[in-house]
Amino acid sequence: MWKYLSVFIMLSTPLAALNVGRIASPLEVAAWDIDVRPDGLGLPEGAGTVAEGEVIFEEQCAACHGDFGEGVGRWPILSGGFDTLTSERPIKTVGSFWPYLSTVWDYISRAMPFGYAQSLSPDEVYALTAYIMFLNDLVDDEGFELSRDNFLEIPLGNEANFYDDDRETTEYPFFTDACMSKCKPSVEITKNASGKDVTPE
Amino acid sequence: MPTKSGPSRRRFLTTGLVAGIAATTAKADPITDVQPWAQGLGKGVDERGYGMPSPHESHVLRKSVPWLVAETKSSINFTPLHQLDGIITPNGLAFERHHSGVAEIDPAEYRLMINGLVDRPMVFTLQDLMRFPRHNKVYFLECTANSGMEWRGPQLNGVQFTHGMIHNVMYTGVMLRDVLAEAGIKTEGKWLLAEGADAAGLSRSIPLEKALDDCMIAFKMNGEALRPEQGYPARLVVPGWEGNMWIKWLRRLEVGDQPWHHREETARYTDLLANGASRRFTWVMDAKSVITEPSPQAPVSHGKGPLVITGLAWSGQGVIPRVDVTLDGGINWHKARVDGPSLDKSLHRFYYEFDWDGSPLFLQSRAHDNTGYVQPTKDALRVIRGEVSNYHNNGIQTWAVYSSGEVENVEIS
Repeated sequence: MWKYLSVFIMLSTPLAALNVGRIASPLEVAAWDIDVRPDGLGLPEGAGTVAEGEVIFEEQCAACHGDFGEGVGRWPILSGGFDTLTSERPIKTVGSFWPYLSTVWDYISRAMPFGYAQSLSPDEVYALTAYIMFLNDLVDDEGFELSRDNFLEIPLGNEANFYDDDRETTEYPFFTDACMSKCKPSVEITKNASGKDVTPE
Repeated sequence: MPTKSGPSRRRFLTTGLVAGIAATTAKADPITDVQPWAQGLGKGVDERGYGMPSPHESHVLRKSVPWLVAETKSSINFTPLHQLDGIITPNGLAFERHHSGVAEIDPAEYRLMINGLVDRPMVFTLQDLMRFPRHNKVYFLECTANSGMEWRGPQLNGVQFTHGMIHNVMYTGVMLRDVLAEAGIKTEGKWLLAEGADAAGLSRSIPLEKALDDCMIAFKMNGEALRPEQGYPARLVVPGWEGNMWIKWLRRLEVGDQPWHHREETARYTDLLANGASRRFTWVMDAKSVITEPSPQAPVSHGKGPLVITGLAWSGQGVIPRVDVTLDGGINWHKARVDGPSLDKSLHRFYYEFDWDGSPLFLQSRAHDNTGYVQPTKDALRVIRGEVSNYHNNGIQTWAVYSSGEVENVEIS
């Protein structure tokens, strides 16, 4: 809400040409503007501990994600997977892969639990985020309390390993092969899909 | 290698894939009988208020790969590319990807909010949106994970499953820049968050430059209202960029000065490379093509003689001026014939007709786009990216066609 105060000071700006639509009220913006950013913009007041998060997690999350975030069936794994990113089967969890803690808060708040989205209070989301931090060894004290005030103090480990799309320099100059004849001496099958039995009817 | 007269030939002719065609041919020839539809009256008008395909086409369906995901509400299915021609995907066959199921929205209760770094936070009804100038554009939408299951090698034996996370329809909608202008973007605004009204609240950060360039808010596809599974009543159109950004059931746009780094642009839809680093914001879909027929689900049923090879080519950078086809796995290539409209960031249809002598083939197609980019081999991509990146696999596809007419998904030297 505080982040939009400046918007309402500007209401005297002349309207655009079509004059279609209506002004959103501050209450409406507050109700719909649920997003959170890595710099903490959008985080509401609130707090929750690892221990509180564990109780909520067992009730509302563990059926799919497992008691310790290990994942049930093909549901997402939330914890562990450390040092697997360079392996043949990387396990991409909050601890091993995600770059920002704010993404955890934002996603739980907007989309979880699966089938009952936007039902958790800010305190509950802080508590669940704290519990997921605990499952990923980011904090080791069950009494740890996460809040808006300390949210930016614990960075996730993999942030530095993300970089912006560089295909323009690393790929595009090299993908120009348009050989038309006698491009290679012979051709043999190296791999095939038969026998894998994974194609639906 | 199976031969035409061997046991595998007989087995092939009795498989379900071609049994229908064989039976039809046998019953109709010689054509001396008066056929029932030439004698009796057919159904009158109004029998089908909304027309449906012939019952003989009831096998043409979107299909999913059940083992891929935990359950169907956060899942994907695939467009049956092997059964379609031309460039337009019928609305009912356009692949679906939902993260929390299909939102069923009452258009009377639909609202779009614009907030953030704007002069005036605004709310629009669907009727409001339809008062902006309308535009019609044909664009492909490709899921970034299309062909993603094939990074480690051929897995799925069918073009529907290897390449079917794509559709191409004509959108009617309004320019995003026109709608944003009503709210007035502040000079510090650099990014746009687009958010869906579904239970996933799916959200993506889009650079404002793209949003103000060619993005649209669409409410029609192929002339009729968007299907619920495609975002009814309004969706974002982000031409040439990965499908996940085309927010369905669009409910909110927020202008900001930084990206949001939400789940679908960090934990998902980033490209993990072999060295453990990850590319993010890989928005553009690079040039790609695939032969849709013959293909494993569409084998050659007529034996040797005239054979039509057809497929699709596309690029998120623009148009496809040229497609090459090889019959021998890339020793020699031939220019294919692109037929139908060549539209910006749309599917292109190509054909290559030749006289098949019945010997085994290794079919591939290779797209060129207007930037000079030539579709790479899967191995060329692997050299740079490794095999675990899941997304953006636009490598050349190989189909082995055997003498029997059967087709298999393979990779070759």
